[in-house]
Amino acid sequence: MKIIVCIKQVPDTDDIKWTENNTIQREGVESIINPYDVYAIEEALKLKKIVPNVEITVLTMGPLQAETMLRQAIALGCDKGVLISDKKFAGADTYATGKTIASAIKTKLSDFDLILCGQFAIDGDTAQTGPSVASQLGIPQITFVKELKECDNGSICAVREIEEGLETVKVELPALICVLKGMYETTRPKIAGFIKAKNAEISIYSMEDIGLTPEDTGIKGSPTFVSKAFRPEHNRGECEICTDCSSLAEKIKEFGGISNE
Amino acid sequence: MSNIMLYAEVTKGNYLHTVLFELAYKAQQLSEKLDNADISALLICKTGLAEEFKEAFINSGFDFVYIAEDDRLANYSTELYSKIAVDVINEIKPEIVLIGATTQGRDLAPRISSSLHTGLTADCTGLDINEKGQLAATRPTFGGKLMATILCKTMPQMATVRPKVFKPAPENIVKDTKFIYIKPDIDNIETKVKFVEFVKGLNTAINELDSAEIIVAGGKGMKNEAGFELLKNFAESIGACVAASRGAVEMGLAPADIQIGQTGKTVTPKLYIACGISGAIQHIVGMQDSDKIIAINTDEKAPIFDICDCGYIGDVFEILPKLRNVFKSE
Repeated sequence: MKIIVCIKQVPDTDDIKWTENNTIQREGVESIINPYDVYAIEEALKLKKIVPNVEITVLTMGPLQAETMLRQAIALGCDKGVLISDKKFAGADTYATGKTIASAIKTKLSDFDLILCGQFAIDGDTAQTGPSVASQLGIPQITFVKELKECDNGSICAVREIEEGLETVKVELPALICVLKGMYETTRPKIAGFIKAKNAEISIYSMEDIGLTPEDTGIKGSPTFVSKAFRPEHNRGECEICTDCSSLAEKIKEFGGISNE
Repeated sequence: MSNIMLYAEVTKGNYLHTVLFELAYKAQQLSEKLDNADISALLICKTGLAEEFKEAFINSGFDFVYIAEDDRLANYSTELYSKIAVDVINEIKPEIVLIGATTQGRDLAPRISSSLHTGLTADCTGLDINEKGQLAATRPTFGGKLMATILCKTMPQMATVRPKVFKPAPENIVKDTKFIYIKPDIDNIETKVKFVEFVKGLNTAINELDSAEIIVAGGKGMKNEAGFELLKNFAESIGACVAASRGAVEMGLAPADIQIGQTGKTVTPKLYIACGISGAIQHIVGMQDSDKIIAINTDEKAPIFDICDCGYIGDVFEILPKLRNVFKSE
């Protein structure tokens, strides 16, 4: 089974820089693997333990510095790394990002069974890129997945956590699955993993390599754009400070409509 | 005539998700800025179900409701629902399509927008029409530290909208709603994702928080399980629901389904009492529309004090048991 795990590097700091185009400045900011994507890697590693001949390719789109993150994923147990990187990708929205990743998969990794993604990225928090990739590859998607269950003859059962409860669905592969954070400890890399990661070859592809033109990608290929970015404002009045328990209790009664009866 | 189309989500329990009525009232305001654009709904459901919702549509200001009914649509299916939605949108050509940012909406919307090669703004908390007549969709980004207003160059302009952010109409907006039945063109689709089973959640915290009048929320400042126990006891003494910040959830003090904030729920109770919560914007976006906010925190510089009506600077471990005693004795 060939698995592709799509991961994203997100800023680790509170230090957000915006470009003059009002998109996020990514270079020169310290990055981590998006925490949801760590669970996508975990689910791939779990499958590797129970399914024979699993090969995991970890894929990201981002600046060249993202190579470090791909090596971290290989240290955890992934097999190969693919980085799609081009200055022309800058400013891509979820549609253009989905198209770029889908094109990379079509041209360079077309022989796959399963694509795993994190449900959200903690920076953009759109939850749209995974479904966008699936849509543009023309494969089914399953989102909000809490758990992947036993697979048989090329299909996988996924438990989705939705508002009203847990829904189990079964999908024939190939498919794309977006996973939530699990309630378990994630894998720590072992020494052998670091050595493997250090020597692993990372394939780097540019826009032309994956058959796209400047019109398809980056700001030009994005239907949406940020027209304005601003700090949130609040229009509540002055905060009244209570200095003792009884005055605080009175406020709780007043605001909460709690009577003395 | 331009058209604003809203997706009418049917939940597992076969009722209309309330976010539809929040969107409907917001759509009225947008419509006024678009020469009274028509407001339409797209309803996809099992055969016969639409009849039950007709009165709700008539009373919520809809001009048109497009209905695709079929027994194969009894359970939400990304493949079937997105096919139908794309067909209807291609036929009706709405300028704006709004979908609730529920799990179903967030699964469906990007599938539709990608198929239509158009833009989609995720999880919006503000919608307006700008001076050029475009949809200006505002959303928190970077954990809510910044707000971004996003425009779309292509049609339709799509957005998912977070439930509970907008208010439903205070009273009925009665329209002469036209119901248009569409034959879903799904005979040739062989679905790859098959429904297996649904287990209704036992934990009802989600719904309780939606309707709670008073919410007592704990953050990292509650420190440990004993701290959260104090919080629960205090909440119980005033008949409040318990919630948590992301920090508290990540520390394992509370389950994720009671998390308030950008990556959790949005709540709008009468009173929100934030205990040991510093007030990261990611939390604030989930509770800022509460009628009244009280904050208890040791750090007088905590940003939570910038957005509350009343504050107490002090240790939650001291004040919560005292407050509980006040309310217990009454």
